[in-house]
Amino acid sequence: MEEKTTNGNYRVIGTRPIRHDGIDKVIGRAKYGADYAFPGMLHGKVLRSPHAHARIKSIKVHKALKLPGVKAVVTSADLPEAPNRLEQAGEMAINPHYLSANILARGKVLYDGHAVAAVAATSPHIAEEALRLIEVDYEVLPPVMTVDQAMKPGATILLEELRNREDGDKQTNVAMHYQFKRGDLDEGFKAADFIVEREFETAMVHQGYIEPHNAVGIYNADGQSTIYCSTQGAFDVRSLSAQVLGVAPGKIKVVPAEIGGGFGGKTTIYLEPLSVLLSKKTGRPVKLVMSRGEVLRASGPTSGSKIKVKMGATKDGRLVAAQVWMAYEAGAFPGSPVGAGAMCIIAPYTIDNLQIDAYDVVVNRPKTAAYRAPGASNAALASETVLDELADKCGLDPLEMRMMNGVKEGSPQVVGAPFKRIGFIETCEAIKNSDHYKSKLEGPYRGRGVASGFWFNAGMQSSADVNIHADGTASVVTGSPDIGGSRASMAMITAEVLGLPVTDVRPLTADTDSIGHTDVTGGSRVTFATGMAVYEAAQDVARQLKERAAKYWEVKPEDVDFRDGVFSLKDSSSFEKGEGKPPMSIKELASKLPRLGGPISGRASVSGRGVGPAFATTCVDVEVDPETGKVQVLRCTVAQDVGKAIHPSYVEGQMQGGTAQGLGWALNEEYFYDDKGILRNTGLLDYRMPTCLDLPLIETEIVEVANPGHPLGVRGVGEVSIVPPPAAVANAIYHATGVRMAETPMSPPRLLKRILKKGAGEETQSAAAD
Amino acid sequence: MPTAIIPSLLRKYTDGRERLEVRGKNVREVIADLKRQFPALIEHLIEDGDIKPSVAVSIDGEIAPAGLLERVRPDSEIHFLPALGGG
Repeated sequence: MEEKTTNGNYRVIGTRPIRHDGIDKVIGRAKYGADYAFPGMLHGKVLRSPHAHARIKSIKVHKALKLPGVKAVVTSADLPEAPNRLEQAGEMAINPHYLSANILARGKVLYDGHAVAAVAATSPHIAEEALRLIEVDYEVLPPVMTVDQAMKPGATILLEELRNREDGDKQTNVAMHYQFKRGDLDEGFKAADFIVEREFETAMVHQGYIEPHNAVGIYNADGQSTIYCSTQGAFDVRSLSAQVLGVAPGKIKVVPAEIGGGFGGKTTIYLEPLSVLLSKKTGRPVKLVMSRGEVLRASGPTSGSKIKVKMGATKDGRLVAAQVWMAYEAGAFPGSPVGAGAMCIIAPYTIDNLQIDAYDVVVNRPKTAAYRAPGASNAALASETVLDELADKCGLDPLEMRMMNGVKEGSPQVVGAPFKRIGFIETCEAIKNSDHYKSKLEGPYRGRGVASGFWFNAGMQSSADVNIHADGTASVVTGSPDIGGSRASMAMITAEVLGLPVTDVRPLTADTDSIGHTDVTGGSRVTFATGMAVYEAAQDVARQLKERAAKYWEVKPEDVDFRDGVFSLKDSSSFEKGEGKPPMSIKELASKLPRLGGPISGRASVSGRGVGPAFATTCVDVEVDPETGKVQVLRCTVAQDVGKAIHPSYVEGQMQGGTAQGLGWALNEEYFYDDKGILRNTGLLDYRMPTCLDLPLIETEIVEVANPGHPLGVRGVGEVSIVPPPAAVANAIYHATGVRMAETPMSPPRLLKRILKKGAGEETQSAAAD
Repeated sequence: MPTAIIPSLLRKYTDGRERLEVRGKNVREVIADLKRQFPALIEHLIEDGDIKPSVAVSIDGEIAPAGLLERVRPDSEIHFLPALGGG
């Protein structure tokens, strides 16, 4: 049953209807990528490198091809050479050469699990057997696993073409250096009464989506291909696959399946071009599905990092200077989120004097992909724990310290431009006023920590169609795969504008041939930008309906009023006198459309402007077992500025989901590589994500500071909640034990080591370095 | 006149200057004026006649989706940022 809206301005927005796709998902009818099957379909498997770093001397496939049931084998020799330079592919900037070399290794393998060849056969088992018959001769090279190893003088070089333009054009593993500066750093630190300087390390972590990557490719003799896959961006799969295959994007249709989680990891491609390539070679549909081990070894996690932060404050708590050095693991090819991390790390605060140097570093690990507010959680661990330490030194409540220095409308961003209306301070106030923060936390080894975070959010391009059916119901069609309940929000926006019950609006996600260009479901942009397109398309429908009502009544459109799904004449005196022309619902009008000019569809395409950035503040209570180092999260509350919550349940779901992932990142998750660079935890028993037994119910405080750039006040809500948890947990552990953690994960062995050192009087401030 | 804010690592091409007054009613005209003032700067912003894929242009705090065609007001601040992706 629908609850009443909490916002009197809206009829549907702000309520909590059941999601339209819920029943299919609950009973197992929803179709995910791996569920697709076609007559004559073959099964593909990928041969992956057993080495972290090696030159490929030769690949022999003839034995595999002779195995009965094997229909094709492909290597990078079957892909066209791609230009080695950054190019625009849709809204993404990619290097086609690196993209292609990640799909199938070209000359060198650069991480454990790097794809080397792919096989299509009549069964998955035959395809697997064929992989064992492919002979690859490797010249094994030393692996480079950390930014320290990669940046030291004389380091083994991964990509021979990478050059350091700041240092005599020498070969390097540093793909990019970003710098942001303002004010006078020396003067800033001179004005400080307290200075804290710390060094941090965070482990590489995976998004942990439950559904592995998958693709079914069908190549037609006319040169057109269709790809069925689970993706966050069908149009991106189309443009990226076209780049790799050397064909025009219009030659490929991508049908997005239901998606079992993505969190940024499904904004790129792995299997999609291989499915088309194998289909082209065999003339049959080819399906590939990754195993869990392949997902962890060879899809894109987010960067591990090393960060040094030095911050200064006056004794009354005013931040006066910040210096940051940060290096992020890009994986095998350039493109870590370190630029974003640099622009997020002190974004919640106004600091007049700062310098941030950020380095994108290639290492022998899988090429990183986006993960929920990419780069921001690592960054916040460093800045938010240093800020907490400064608050301690100043004798201030950590929330007061944040609010005293917090950004508001007109405050400068890291890059200098002023913020428009934002709600950072309001998130701090929401936590301060929460039942959680007001409650007392008592008992030994228990501590409370807070932290805040920032994420930009994105706009980009979206399209939407709204169709009115003969019975007065509507469908809303977009190109945005639904990864967080956005279909329900699209239906709600349509229902709000047209005055329909939300159950009378059917939301659909279309393939790339059936809707205008729509960028990736990422950057927390769907409810903002696709929602804006839906709002405009529904307005278009309302305008057309009004014209038809005017035609029916033989009046001008401006004489027709439309409110809550009912058309009426502005001058209703004739009806009141019993002379006809009573008000008319959409349902009544829809039935008359065939005689009033035919069907009605509205459409809109937007290039989303008016993006509203997001802030979140999180409070965590923990209890530490001093004998094992295990941390139990007792209570956790997140406050987030969401602009306007279209569907509060799904907004809360995003806040809780991001927080849960951030807590997993804080406490348990990490890639374990051995000294040869081989990943040792390739399953979810060993790659330890939190389960419902590990976490309390995460409490949410929705803060609504309307985004002036959106007709409904919407801000993106999908990412920022993952930013504060690692720092909040580190701060809570400090208040529980007196030990400041400077690394993730803060797992039992790591924390126990710190506690034992503290007990032995060796340290109270941990350093990531040892 | 609009103001172009030069990223710190590119200030070596602008005699160390961070803020430059520029002429132009859109980003294309602003870039042309920057080229006139500091020719060596341009290869770090423009490639094949368009904004480099690694660079995002922000006008008055908002990423400019129209790129070179984005309109600029007389009091606008134009920033050049690293292009970003979300999750």
